[in-house]
Parts: sequence; structure tokens; C-alpha cells
Amino acid sequence: MGKRRGGPGEINAGSMADIAFLLLIFFLVTTTMDQDTGIMRQLPPPLEDEVDPPIVKEKNVFVVLANAQDQLLVEGELLDISELKEKAVEFLTNPSNRDDLPSLTMRTKADCESKIAQYKALAASSQGEAKANAEKELKDWQGKLTAVELIGEYRELPKAAVISLQNDRGTSYNTYIQVQNELQSAVNELRNSLSKEKFGVAYNELDPKSDEDKPKIIAIRKVYPQRISEAEPRSTGNAAAAQ
Amino acid sequence: MSKFKKEGSKEQPAVSTASLPDIVFMLLFFFMVATVMRETTLKVNIDKPDATEVQKLENKAMVDYIYVGPPIDVATFGPEPKVQLNDALIDDLTEIREFIRLNRERRDEAERPLITTSLKVDAKTKMGKVTDIKQELREVQALKINYSTMERSR
Repeated sequence: MGKRRGGPGEINAGSMADIAFLLLIFFLVTTTMDQDTGIMRQLPPPLEDEVDPPIVKEKNVFVVLANAQDQLLVEGELLDISELKEKAVEFLTNPSNRDDLPSLTMRTKADCESKIAQYKALAASSQGEAKANAEKELKDWQGKLTAVELIGEYRELPKAAVISLQNDRGTSYNTYIQVQNELQSAVNELRNSLSKEKFGVAYNELDPKSDEDKPKIIAIRKVYPQRISEAEPRSTGNAAAAQ
Repeated sequence: MSKFKKEGSKEQPAVSTASLPDIVFMLLFFFMVATVMRETTLKVNIDKPDATEVQKLENKAMVDYIYVGPPIDVATFGPEPKVQLNDALIDDLTEIREFIRLNRERRDEAERPLITTSLKVDAKTKMGKVTDIKQELREVQALKINYSTMERSR
């Protein structure tokens, strides 16, 4: 145990912990753990020119109007926001086949197969825009076939059926988001219960990246499509109900 | 008896603190990795609305933010809600087009369809302003948007 010869002695590492603590505390303080969350929406593409809006049957549109006083007019009736979800679900499913709600059509396997064959032939024989259209239809029907295979025969909402949300310039952003939220929640609830019933898991737990779950997601989306449209903004103060 | 007592009275050696730095470093690295430094300083007050049906915003590198709310500096900018892009408050909403265009150019061609515009809007803002912003976004084909909200349980 003689004296160490040459070279510096060992550096005392006792203060290392203090330094690390200092850095740690700095990061602890500056960290914001907030997950960015929000409601995803797809905006409609800009209108080319003055296009006349397609004529849609009144029963196929679920009109939600929000005015500057943050009141809601749903299908011509003053409604509290807590009842909106129920109304939206009723519109999307039309359980008692009411005449003033969209009429759903039954989709069967034979139905889908015949349509697929039809559009395949059409896509092969036509060109240009017609071909593109036929291919789009073909894809749509293939999706429906997936749905029938996975879920069984289902009642389909007509293509024209949409939830139309219109707001005034004076509506508060909070109200707007709450309405969006309720409408989204109606769709999500329907999708979730269907998914639970057929696949045993909730819709939002299906993994879009897995090959097994992908057709399930397509199928559920076919049965309960999310069609929340935002009306073109109006320059007038109070939007009229009719479209 | 005395035998045990003797042994018990022996002083315990001090707990070694040699592994303390390691533990602290581990925590430190965790926080360093988890931390997202804020890029812009907010010049508007934003009290986001809350919602239940929220989705997480994945892939933050693909998100551009537009902030709307009453300015913090009321003396200079007044109490009316303003739009903030990057670090500046803007008056002319058509600047949004340029903002979107620049953000698009800075990213890879392949990634461009994934770009999401997150609207961080104060709950008390009137929809007129938000509608105008949405119109500008449609004009430049930035159609994928996210209304930023807080999560609330039903």
C-alpha cells in the first residue's frame, strides 16, 4: 500500500449525482406531457365555379343549425345538445322505418356479386372518366361485399344521406365543437356496438395497420359511414333551414 | 443472549449511493426523450374546448398549427381574437395560403398528403373567424384538419 506513483488521482464522482439532478429538474420543469388531441375532419375541396347543388330529398338530410345565440335547430326543431346524439343515431339507423328518415336498403351477397361483375365489365369496356367512375363503383361494391361477408346482410344507408351542419358567423367555437363531438359520438357509438357484437372488440381498438383488422374496419365503415358535411358558409347573418 | 446483542449493536454500514447517479441519469434520459420543446411562443390566449370523441394527433412532424384567440398583449393588439402563424399575429387571412405553401415545400413529396393542419382555437371565438380560416385552407387544398380539443370523459 505505497503511495501512488505518477498520474492524477481519481476524480471524485460524488457530485455527478448533483449535476444529473440539476439537469433532471430542468427537464422536469420544461416538459409538457400534453398529448395533442382533437377532432379530425376532412374539409370539402374548393368549389370549381357556381355549381348547382344536387337536389337531395329532405328526408335524407339531417340538418343541424347553430345560431348566434348558440341554440340548436335540428330538423326544424329547437333541441338541447344533450338530445342531439340520440336524434343522430335515429337518423343513421331509422329503426322503425319512418317515412321522414332515410329509407335503408338490405344488402345481400348476391346483390354485391352481381354489381361487382357488372362494374368490372363496364370498367373493362369504357375509357377515360367513365372508366374511373366504374372503378370507383367497383371498389365501393367490393367494400360492401367485405361487409356482407364479415358482418352478414345489413341495412345500408342511402348514398345521399348526410348530416349537414350549418352555423352562423356568430356561433361560438365551443358550441360548434360540442355539436361536432355529439355527431361524432353518435357514429362512434354505432360502430363500437356493431364491432363488439360481431368481432368482440370495440371499433377504436381495431388496428388499421394489421391485415386481420383492416377488412373489419372497412366493413364497419360501410355499414355506418361517417358523413358529416359542413355547409358552404353563408354571407347572410341567419342561415335559412332549407337547402 | 449476550451473543445476539453484541452482534445487533454492531453499526450498519452506510447505504452505498454509488448507483444514485445511474438512477438519476436514467430518469434524465427518459425526460430528455419525452420532452418536446415548444417551437413557437404563443401570443394569444387559448382556452381549448373539450370533447369526448378525440383522436390523438400522431406524427407531430406532419402537423402545422394555426392559433386563434384573444392576444395576450391587449394594449397593442386589442381584445379581439387574432390569428397567429409561426411567431407572428396576422391581420390578413390570405397569408395562411403562403404559410401552407411554405410548409408544403419544406417536406418531402411523398409525405405531403399526410400534412395535417391543427386549429388551436379559443373556445370563445366566434365561428366567423374560423370559417374564414377554413375557406383559406380549402383554397390551398389543405383539407386535412384537426380541431384541437382537450379530452374530457363523458
